[in-house]
Amino acid sequence: MGHLTYEQSIKAVYRGLILLGVVTLIEVFISLLAKGHIIKGAEEHKVILYTAGLFIIGLSLYKAYFIVYDFMHMRYEVKGLAMSVLLPTLLLVWAIIAFFQEGGSWKARRDQIKEKNAEEVEGKTQGGLSLGDDVYVLPEWRG
Amino acid sequence: MATAETVLEHEVHEHDSKDAWSGGKEPFKASYGKLMMWYFLLSDAFTFAGFLIAYGSLRFSSSTWPVPDFVFSTAPFGIEKAPLIFVTIMSFLLIISSVTMVRAVQEGHRENKNGVVFWMLLTVLGGLGFLSCQAWEWTKLMGAEHMSVTTNPFGTHTSDGVYMEDEHGHAYKAGEKPEAFKAGGSYLIHKHENEATGKEEWVQRKVKYSDGTMGIQEFGPAAFGALFFFITGFHGFHVLSGVVFLLIIAVNAGSGLYVKRRNGYEMVEKIGLYWHFVDLVWVFVFLVFYLL
Repeated sequence: MGHLTYEQSIKAVYRGLILLGVVTLIEVFISLLAKGHIIKGAEEHKVILYTAGLFIIGLSLYKAYFIVYDFMHMRYEVKGLAMSVLLPTLLLVWAIIAFFQEGGSWKARRDQIKEKNAEEVEGKTQGGLSLGDDVYVLPEWRG
Repeated sequence: MATAETVLEHEVHEHDSKDAWSGGKEPFKASYGKLMMWYFLLSDAFTFAGFLIAYGSLRFSSSTWPVPDFVFSTAPFGIEKAPLIFVTIMSFLLIISSVTMVRAVQEGHRENKNGVVFWMLLTVLGGLGFLSCQAWEWTKLMGAEHMSVTTNPFGTHTSDGVYMEDEHGHAYKAGEKPEAFKAGGSYLIHKHENEATGKEEWVQRKVKYSDGTMGIQEFGPAAFGALFFFITGFHGFHVLSGVVFLLIIAVNAGSGLYVKRRNGYEMVEKIGLYWHFVDLVWVFVFLVFYLL
């Protein structure tokens, strides 16, 4: 604060309201578009889904930046304060990469278990009745 | 005399920060309370990030996942098949309450008591509106759709096929055209009253896939229910405590407590930081649960 007059800062607030509102509406529109609610069949294309996802993530990050810098006045704080709050959040980049990698790996394991369970062992079916006592079938985890 | 007055004024102004944190100079030119609010919010951001990343990795680890615009497609007054509309309204409520909060802080800087109280009460209304919407959403999911922390009736078909039974689990009569479905299509498993026992029971309809194999509607990944209720619940609890603190501070402001402090209603600024953070978290909850 202190950089703008009272009237200017009130105007800035309502500009912020319109900006956040419009960005939110664009996000919802893109999301519905990619899921095929606006153009039928769009949801069948993986490319559209991923591009739309990236767009929406970008817009959300912009909203976050706007809220922190304008509404929470980070713009007017000393640089040291801003950095001591914002830089630690970069650790999350690593967390996201690591845990999503882990999630993908779990999926590969689950698919493998499913595949193994579907295999027929010497004519015996996986119904569970005709398998020997020493055959352990890994349960399929429901998540 | 003039110098003494200036010193006194200075001390009153710095009263909250206790002689500029006793070092003579404020770290980061911010009061203790404001700086600690920022660090609290940073730690809270990590908590929420942990939850949302857990959601992401579990979603990555499952071969199917409920489609948000199928799960969240109802609104009050019997509106159905309106994907994401109700939750967009909830987002707008939070954005508007964030704007009224900024106005309250601005009036605080001008030492305008009535302005502060007026805009804070509007912010409280926005928060209560959001909580009411969330209460409706949860009631619908738990009461009408029977989703719980351990059960998720929202499933996804893994391949094309046709249903062998109608909605109530009765085999199709001759002449009835069986309902077809496609891979990736969403369904909700309903509960229906069992004619024999009179109890509500899940009806998982029998299906025949296009490769000739038979099956039933499987429940969706159970983690979805737990993640949804814990994460939106944790956020809702933040909103609720925000409303409580906003009310306390609005009452204090109205009683003239902050007029005496002469620090530009800093307490209002601090609860403002918290309230904007709640809005900030919702940006990401909205992104992860509803948009993607």
